[in-house]
Formats: sequence, C-alpha cells, structure tokens
Amino acid sequence: MNSDDISTALQDQVLRAIAENAPLRISGGGSKQFYGEAVAGTPLSTLGHTGIIHYDPTELVVTARAGTPLSELEHLLASEHQILGCESPHFGSATVGGMVAAGLSGPRRPYAGAVRDFVLGCSVLNGKGEILSFGGQVMKNVAGYDVSRLMAGSMGCLGIILDVSLKLIPQPETEISLRFEKDAAESIKFTNTILRQGIPVSASCQFDGKLYLRFSGFDETLTAVQQQLGGEKISNAFWPELRDQKLAFFSAQSDKNLWRLSLAPNTPELQIVGESLYEWGGALRWLRTNEDTDKIRQLTQAAGGSATLFKSAENKHGVNTPVFHPLAAGLLNWHEQLKLAMDPNRIFNSGRLYNTV
Amino acid sequence: MLNYPDVNFDEQRADLDLTLLEAQLRQLLPEDCLQTSAEQNRPFEADGLSAYRSLPMIVVLPENVAQVKAVLQCCHNFKVPVVTRGAGTGLSGGALPHRQGVLLVLTKLNRILDIDPDNMTARLEPGVRNLAISEAAAIHGLYYAPDPSSQIACSIGGNVAENAGGVHCLKYGLTVNNIVKLELLTASGEPITLGGSGLDSAGFDLLSLMTGSEGMLGVVTEITVKLLPRPIQAKALLAAFASVGNACAAVADIITAGITPGGLEMMDNTALCAAEDFANAGYPKDAAAILLVELDGHPLSVAAETNKVQQLLEAAGATSIQIAKDEQQRQRFWAGRKNAFPAVGRLSPDYYCMDGTIPRRALAEVLQYIDDLSQQYQLTVANVFHAGDGNLHPLILFDANQPGEFEKVEEMGAKVLEKCIAVGGTITGEHGVGLEKINQMVKQFSDQEIRQFHAIKRALDPDDILNPGKNIPTLRRCQEYRALQKTTHHHNNQPNGIQESLS
Repeated sequence: MNSDDISTALQDQVLRAIAENAPLRISGGGSKQFYGEAVAGTPLSTLGHTGIIHYDPTELVVTARAGTPLSELEHLLASEHQILGCESPHFGSATVGGMVAAGLSGPRRPYAGAVRDFVLGCSVLNGKGEILSFGGQVMKNVAGYDVSRLMAGSMGCLGIILDVSLKLIPQPETEISLRFEKDAAESIKFTNTILRQGIPVSASCQFDGKLYLRFSGFDETLTAVQQQLGGEKISNAFWPELRDQKLAFFSAQSDKNLWRLSLAPNTPELQIVGESLYEWGGALRWLRTNEDTDKIRQLTQAAGGSATLFKSAENKHGVNTPVFHPLAAGLLNWHEQLKLAMDPNRIFNSGRLYNTV
Repeated sequence: MLNYPDVNFDEQRADLDLTLLEAQLRQLLPEDCLQTSAEQNRPFEADGLSAYRSLPMIVVLPENVAQVKAVLQCCHNFKVPVVTRGAGTGLSGGALPHRQGVLLVLTKLNRILDIDPDNMTARLEPGVRNLAISEAAAIHGLYYAPDPSSQIACSIGGNVAENAGGVHCLKYGLTVNNIVKLELLTASGEPITLGGSGLDSAGFDLLSLMTGSEGMLGVVTEITVKLLPRPIQAKALLAAFASVGNACAAVADIITAGITPGGLEMMDNTALCAAEDFANAGYPKDAAAILLVELDGHPLSVAAETNKVQQLLEAAGATSIQIAKDEQQRQRFWAGRKNAFPAVGRLSPDYYCMDGTIPRRALAEVLQYIDDLSQQYQLTVANVFHAGDGNLHPLILFDANQPGEFEKVEEMGAKVLEKCIAVGGTITGEHGVGLEKINQMVKQFSDQEIRQFHAIKRALDPDDILNPGKNIPTLRRCQEYRALQKTTHHHNNQPNGIQESLS
C-alpha cells in the first residue's frame, strides 16, 4: 500500500487559496462527484495523501490518511478479521476521507452504526490553514467539542480531513443471506419482530415484493436461524451490489430522479407515485420518480424525515431543486455560523451542501 | 469545615445588579419556581464534584419548555450567564453555578412524552431519569442502553450534555450513538431541532456536536432516544486473577478473539474487597484483580461465546472462573460493580473519582504508574474500570478534613491524566471536562485547537451566555499553565497527546 504524507503541500495550497481568495473544490477518489450541489473552485485532491498511520488490531482502531483507497483499507482489515461497521459504498474508487466527508453508510448501518459512530478522531486543515487534531484513538473521549464526528457528512464544507481514526468491529464468523416473499409493510413488521427475538440481522432490503435479509454470527446460531425462518438462501454478494447501487433498480430508469428518504422505519408508505426500494428496516427508502419535488419534501417532512435528491434524472428533470432537504431558518443560521467558525474565508466546497454554507 | 481550595474560575463578569433580572423572572415564573435565598440555594452550590462549590444568586426551576424559553430570553437580554443543571450527579463540575448568573434546573421537566415500540424510540423531557427510560420501556421488551453508574438518579438531559457512557457502551455505544433527535433552545431562546425520525438527517451532524458539549451551546428541552430489544439471554462470568497484568492480558485476548462483550469490567483488590464487603457479590477477596464479563444476545451465540471466553480466561491464567448460574447470581455479580463507588466511599471519608481513557495496550503500564504515585503521595487508590474500552476510574481515597490533602489529591490526579495523554489517551472518557480538568485540556490540545473550540462556541452563543468558563480553557490560562509546566515539569510537556515514554 502506498504511504505518503503530503499534509504540508495541502496546507500550502490552502494558504495560497486564502491569500488569493480563490475557493477550493476538494476531491478524493471522485466516486461521489455526482452527490451534492455543483461547486466552483480550484481542484484540491487528497489522493496523494495516503497510507495507514497506525493499526493495532487488538485495539480495534485504525488511523488512515484521507487519500487511502477504501478498498485497500478494507483489504488490510480483512487480513486481521476486522471490518468497518458502517459498510460505506465504494462507488468504484472511494477514499477513506471521502467516506467520512460524505457520511454515507451502507446496509449494516441500523445494526452496527453510521460512519459518524465509528469516527474516533481526525486531523483537519481548517480554513485558516491550520492543522488541528480532535478526538483521538480511544473508544471514549469527551474532551472538548466533538469536532471529529461533526466532520462526518460535512461534505468538505468545514475543512479538509487529513487523517481519521476509525473504530473497527470484528468480522462475523459467518454470514448468510435469505430471501422471502413479502411486501414492504410485511417486511418492516417481520424484520422488527425477529430483531426483538435476538436474531442477529445485519442487513435488510425490500423491493419488488421480496425481502432480503442478512444474518451475522456464529455457525450454529445461523444454522438455527435458517431453520427457524425458512426463506430461500441467496449469495452474500447481493449486499455489495446493493451498497454500490449496481442492482437494476438503480441502473434502470435513469430518466427519473433518484431520491433518498430518511424516515422512521415504521412510517407508512408515502403517497408518491414511483418505484421504491427499502433498506435499513424501512428507515432508508430509495425512490425512483419524477413527481413534484415540493410534494416529496412536504410528505417526507410531515413524517419527520428528510429527502435528498441523490441523483438527478438524465433528462435534467427537477434540476433546479436543492439536493439536500432545506433547513429551518434557525438551523440554517447555525450551519452558516459554524461554516464561518471553521472556514472564515469560505474557501472549502462552498455551496456543496447549501447555498450559504 | 472542609478544607477545599477556592474554585479556580476564570470567568468573571463586571458586577451586575440582578434585582431587575430577578423582578422580570418573577413575572415569568410561578412563585415556587424561583429562589434567591442562600438557604434555599445551598443544595445547588455543587454537582457531583462536591469539592467545587459556588453559591448561585438565582435558581430557577421551570415547569415547562415555555418557561425555559422565557428564562433564556430574559437572561439573554441582561447578558447574564445561565448554567443548566439536571440531576446534579456530574463528576466534573459542569453544573457548578456561576456566581453572577442564573442556575437553570430542569428536574421538573421529567415526563416521558412517548414510547414508540414499533420504531423503538422514546421521546423524553430532559429531567427524565436514565433508569426510568428502561423501566418504562420494559413492557415492550425494550431498554435504553447507556447506563452510567449514577443511572438511578442522573437525567437524560445531563447524559446528553456529558455524552455519558456506562458499562454497556463497549457493545452498545455512548449517549451520542443512542440518540436520534434533540429539541433545543439557543442562548437567546430560539428553538432548533437537530436530527429527525430517521437515521440520517440533512446538514451537518449537529447531534454529535451538541452531545457532550456540557451545556455550552444550547439548552436541550426534548430528547428522542433509540431503544434496543432487551437481550434474550445474558450470561455473566466472574474471573479472578493473581495479578493485574494477567487480567489486562485476558481483556486483550477476548477482544482480539472477535468477541464484543456487553460488559467487560475490571476491579483491583482494593475495589473488589470494598465492593464485596458492601454488596456480598461473591467476589474472591484474595484475588489481585477480577474481570466481570457479560455476554448477551441470541441464546446460541451466548452459549458459543461463553465457551470461548471461558477458554480464553483459563489460558490467560485465571485462578477461578464462576459463571452465574441464574439471573439472581448475575445480578449479584453486577451489584458489586455497580455499587463500587459508594462501597469504596466507606473506606475513607472522601474519594476523588478520575476518568481517563487509554489504549488497552497501555493498561498494565498505566496501572503500575498509578501504583507508584499512590506510594509516592501516600494516598490509597482503588481501581475500577471499563476495561473493554480502556476507560479508567481510579478512586483516590483521602480525608478533606486534613489541611492540604485535597490539593495533594488534585496534584496526583493531574499526573494520572497527563499519563493518559502521554500513552495516547484522553483526560476524560465520560465524565466531561467541566471545571475539573480545565488545566489538562491545555495539555491535550494546542492553542490553535483551543482557539477553534472558542470559535465554535462563539458561533452558536455569541454573547457567551451558556455555562461560560467551563470545558474550554481561556487562552490566557493556556499560556500561564504552559509557562508553569515549563518551570516545573519540563520533561512532560507534549501538547498534543503524542507518544512519549516516561514511567
């Protein structure tokens, strides 16, 4: 694996950008370029900032530089029978820094945790060009404000993540996947019921009248689970395909917008015409539709959730819609103030999340 | 008269006449929700860190969110500091009142607003006691996982302010990992909602920033927590060791084997003997250390893990292993651990509870260092800790009636925390910085990092109204403390938690 510390060069580029008042557009592997609002600015790439700074398997913690490819990190962890619990998408060439900055979690999220739950600490380049460290490499740490978790999902608007310490989880001894004939409502109920019986569900997905579940644990437990639940055994390869959106649901119908709805798992199906795919026991819902964007946002908000325009339709339907769910005035103000506290000259990814952030 | 030093508080405001503020607050609150006499306010002069005391001028105990809002708006108009207090069980002086301010006590906001078994969440007012959540959720077979030792008394609002942990956070996470939504009021009384009903929400992860911010960024008025299904089965193992080192090695072996116990706790001889005398937990008093391991989940998984852990404990040199044969015995094993603090409290007039976290690999080294300090300072230490996540709670025994003894304890405690930083750990795992560890913050963070913290505070509370002077040291204190350290401990001056080898 490559290992190269270019933090000084990155710092120089930031200081130059501040001096020239020339905003930067941060990128890693470029796998999530499609995600978020378009950003103008001089490109700054973290791709050269690579390598594992520290990895002690007995501590269940790894510290990696931002430009380290996610696949390389996962490969290393697998050699020690450990995994990243958030199971974030690769979308081809994701880096560790990009994973944290985008904050997108994968199929294991409701059962293990989100990206932010595994962030223990990080070093960041702030908008003054200072290299700062927050958090640390230990499981519990409440010294100062939790800036490192704040970086998760900040889309590069608060600073450049240089390196990050992540909590790891042991690789389960075995995993099996089962498929059942169930509609969305039945699936939510069924998944909830078996979770309460202590059955070790580690991923769930429902579309097209079928429920897909993954279970993780010891051999004997999973054998018993399969006997108890029945269902049809399928390959575990289903989950990386779901994670990276390679299923036909995602690749077909590219003339329609792809929405990502975050809702309480038990929320009844929203009255929106279109095809949906449920993950996370119903808490994450993908929707293919060209229905009115305001209607989608209103219905989602009324149910206490939020709607992201994850990918716009190829025919640019709804192209003027904000990507991320609009914030209430007070909350937006906090975003603007925090942006200025971390990036007073507004040089990092300005507008990627919200116009004024 | 106890011999405690004066509170070391940087935050001083120009003298304010609070009479007008008091008159306005009286208009806003029912009569029994505001108190100003020293006699009435005395119980609020300290939180769980009783060594630090400061008598508040005005204590308000609002009964609803509208009153909290009115109090905040009023204090904001007067630019008067507001310190929010929950149950007052915090151990770092986070709820220590401001001498020139208002103490906002939220214990009357103690309603469980809703339990949603289908979405496995509970909506709570901030004054709800931690344990009351699990008690109320029990009929649905659910519980709230974070369980700090003070869970009988501590409130969920305080848990959010401190990012409280507990014995189950190795497997189930801290407060930050178990909340989904917060309603809060800003310093000027504006309502803001963070998070939502789903697992993600739009924008920055302000739930993370708010959790553990020690009441300095907002006043939390409603909390939605995640509930978990009560494990179908839980098994507890109690292993005795002839040396602390062996017990530490066993901890590493369990984690490395890929097992994440629901609880993994260690107690040294002083602590386990005190706990045994107090709670009759069944601890072997001749052991140098005991490990308490709890495995929970699906019955088949629990059986497999129990076998594996038993083998690992034997291989690590356990002198005895007991597996709780029924629920009653399991509860008894835990009763010792859960009552360890009060049990140790019986050994001496006072004790000082520390809260550093270190990488597990440094456990044996740091315990040896604490032992050396204990002899050097002639102060007995009982060690109780969350071994699974490296969170130490050394309890330093002392007598506050002895002049100068508390200063000695603080000095020794500071050295323990600095050692935690030196081995790559942190000065506080779950108790918070408050006022207690404000000096050690200077050790853990650079001036630039401290400045960044202040910028965040200013961004959300521009007038520095909420709990001023806590958590983040002033830059002046940083400079003074660094200068002092240079003259006294120049060998021990690593600003940023970088490895150093001294012992």
